[in-house]
Amino acid sequence: MASSVNTSVNHPYIPSTDSERAEMLDVIGVDSLDGLLGDIPVEHRHPDLNLDAGLSEQELSTVFGSIAAENASASAGYISFLGAGSYSHYIPSTVRSILQRGEFVTAYTPYQPEAAQGTLQVGFEFQTVICQLTGMEVANAGMYDGPTAFAEACLMASRVTKRTKIGVLSTSDQRLPNTLLAYSMYQGIDIVEISPDATEIPDDIACIGVQSPNFFGEIEDVERLTNLAHANGALSVVHVNPTALGMFKAPGEFDVDIVTAEGQPLGVPMAFGGPYVGLFACKKAHIRQMPGRIIGRTTDTKGRTGYALTLQTREQHIRRERATSNICTSTQLIGLMVTVYTATLGKQGIKDLASLCYQKAHYAALEINRLDGFSVDSLGSGGTFFHEFVVNCPGSVSKINAALLDKKIIGGLDISDRSDNGMLVCVTETSSRADIDKFVQALSQIGASA
Amino acid sequence: MTISANVGDIDRRLLMDRSVSGRKAFTLPESDVPAQDLPSSSFLRDHVELPEVSQLEVIRYFSVLSQLNFSIDTNFYPLGSCTMKYNPKINDELANLPGLADIHPLQPDETVQGAIRLLKNLQDDLGEITGLPGVSLAPLAGAQGEYAGLLIARAYHNARSDSARTVAIVPDSAHGTNPASAAMAGLDVVTVRSDDQGNVDIENLRELANENTAVFMLTIPSTLGLFEPNILELTKIIHDVGGLVYADGANLNALLGLVKLGDLGVDICHSNLHKTFSTPHGGGGPGSGPVMVTDELAKFLPKPVAEKTDDGYVLATPEMSVGSINGFHGSFSIATRAYAYIKALGLEGLQSVSENAIISANYIQAKLRDKYDLAADRYCMHETVLSATRQKKRGVAGLDIAKRLLDFGIHAPTMYFPMIVDEALMVEPTESESKETLDHFIAVMRQIDDEIDSTPELVLDAPYHLPVTRLDEATAARKPILRWTPD
Repeated sequence: MASSVNTSVNHPYIPSTDSERAEMLDVIGVDSLDGLLGDIPVEHRHPDLNLDAGLSEQELSTVFGSIAAENASASAGYISFLGAGSYSHYIPSTVRSILQRGEFVTAYTPYQPEAAQGTLQVGFEFQTVICQLTGMEVANAGMYDGPTAFAEACLMASRVTKRTKIGVLSTSDQRLPNTLLAYSMYQGIDIVEISPDATEIPDDIACIGVQSPNFFGEIEDVERLTNLAHANGALSVVHVNPTALGMFKAPGEFDVDIVTAEGQPLGVPMAFGGPYVGLFACKKAHIRQMPGRIIGRTTDTKGRTGYALTLQTREQHIRRERATSNICTSTQLIGLMVTVYTATLGKQGIKDLASLCYQKAHYAALEINRLDGFSVDSLGSGGTFFHEFVVNCPGSVSKINAALLDKKIIGGLDISDRSDNGMLVCVTETSSRADIDKFVQALSQIGASA
Repeated sequence: MTISANVGDIDRRLLMDRSVSGRKAFTLPESDVPAQDLPSSSFLRDHVELPEVSQLEVIRYFSVLSQLNFSIDTNFYPLGSCTMKYNPKINDELANLPGLADIHPLQPDETVQGAIRLLKNLQDDLGEITGLPGVSLAPLAGAQGEYAGLLIARAYHNARSDSARTVAIVPDSAHGTNPASAAMAGLDVVTVRSDDQGNVDIENLRELANENTAVFMLTIPSTLGLFEPNILELTKIIHDVGGLVYADGANLNALLGLVKLGDLGVDICHSNLHKTFSTPHGGGGPGSGPVMVTDELAKFLPKPVAEKTDDGYVLATPEMSVGSINGFHGSFSIATRAYAYIKALGLEGLQSVSENAIISANYIQAKLRDKYDLAADRYCMHETVLSATRQKKRGVAGLDIAKRLLDFGIHAPTMYFPMIVDEALMVEPTESESKETLDHFIAVMRQIDDEIDSTPELVLDAPYHLPVTRLDEATAARKPILRWTPD
């Protein structure tokens, strides 16, 4: 047993002084803190802990500065062509500025709507934006991330159709079926792979899950696959890239039932993978099977407009083990970033952004395709891609990437497990032509010696 | 129409209703590459109907909206079980450092050694604090941490060819995510009663525990804010029938440096970094719910787990991992903040956190117990559950008291939870609040109790001083309006 009583130190995060603590303990009627810990088995109280002593704020800054300096990033002069579910985009100052509002950052879930109208109205705006982007009727206030949103969508399709087999297109990012597997492995769900060229599907599947643009960057024929699903009594679940929706047709135009997406591209830092926000929209008919928080508009006792969480009887805090999901968050703050970002870009900006990504990615693809030994199949096959494409390399992608890294270039993702010597390259508006040319030139040099 | 001179009148119009064709808040750079062929127009849309507003309008709109919120930065927020403590500003700054905010999750390990080292150090610290050394930071929220914990329990039984264990025993006081997560994990939920002291009814647990028990889910301290005095006996009952004990660590703020869950017979727990470790709640997320397990169970952890090898730090997949429960590596920026919090407080600071949280909650309890009933008449840990049953008899519900508190700039306690307490008001002051703030809260709670007799309408119709009065939530659910539409 180490220290026992009143070890409290004064710390900037803890206001009580020794005399105030003594005064409070006196009111409570005990001599020391240990008088309040009687229920904790005495032999296990005050264990030894191997933790460092606390640091001042200045020391903390130094420690984290050195941690950050150990990472290769744009700020350290690296250029990167990684995508595959997390994307580099410029984040406008408005997003960073609003993200400093403690009134948003340090509020809780809006269970007391009168004291949370800011959070709630932003959430309503967020739902609106997701509907506008996807062309869907309703959206929830946000899920954890793209893959969990997709998994929840497939489980929702299973509830709606009362079927237990879920089809996922073979061209999808493996993160989607992998997350679905983790979410469904004890719910009697079978996951079946479906070819994008399929003209028939099993007549007992709950949905076809389609990623478009798919993992390899190409746009899928969502309309045909949706019709195929509907012809078999199944739903169509489509996982999109929200930036691509700035120029490509919205899934809502194809009668898709549920749309999900990774919200990160809309103003959220890559931050080594999170936190992000999952986007989730569906047809109004299915709303009572939708997981997650939903914000609705209503009026107060004086007839003024206000917003509140609604349709809560779907949720775990009411329905417990019969809830539509165990989710208890809407990743609201990241939803705020998405909302400020889309408001800032606006009608013209989202279009210009999608165009820039498309133009730069296609330029890069053409230039790489010209190199000896390298090819980009999506250019030739008539496949349509947005800002990602697969480069067939003349040799081992891991070796090429290692050589690129020596030149402070983080190459595309090595996908040789799915495509021979395949490198999945992503180009967004954050890559300048000079960056692209540097990448192409480096590939040319490395390819020649490969 | 007359223009109102009331500065309190707020323009609640949505962005789309403020939109003016041709306005913009942002300009993208011109393309610096040769023009490329566009795909066939059958793929393309004309535009997305997003608002057209100026940059100032964006800033003013969201700034004004923010002012309609209560928050920790602006209000005392004694919301029980949510641990609304101060969220240090330095943590936000550190999480946004270049080199942390702008790294891609799929970068080669050798290019993100600092990031993985940070994750490894946080894993080690959380393992040390809970006494459960196997740690995965992958879960994106408490409910995901819970679910991951249940997957681990199931994988453990399956690996022993003991797959008939399909029951999760859950106390009647448990948070709703417990049974919801158990159902997702394919477990049948069996409820164990609480006794009249608010403890798990030992005899009832003994009756329920058997060869079908996969896991016993126990919140420590309980949702009543109480430490389970029979904890060692409870965990033994479960272990004796071959089950595992999962601790919901939502209330870990009471235990830092005071006791390790692993020492009590707990096999698996999760912790909400957005509660105990001060990361912002953000109005409903993002959260982070790391899962901690015994050495024996570490091989089942969800991927990835940060490890230190001779060649540096790596993100590894445990040998019999339950898999990926989300897209990447968890909430990295949240982990960053939590690690900064632990480093700032250090061992003594963390102990002080729990000590002060416990003293503050007991102080409030001691000062209000003559006016409000207690869910359990004994010392509490970091939160106290009051019951407004006496007030209810005088015509005012717990809900009304909660709403009246808002008029005083104090956020309501958690209402009507745990469900086993009538008219529950769960108060968690946290260690962040000064004695003056606690005294003010106590005075307001006593005054509200007086108002019930003197001016009951003040309580029944509260709040008066907020941007809206009580909302018609029934109509909102019956006729849902869930997005802007053109008039």
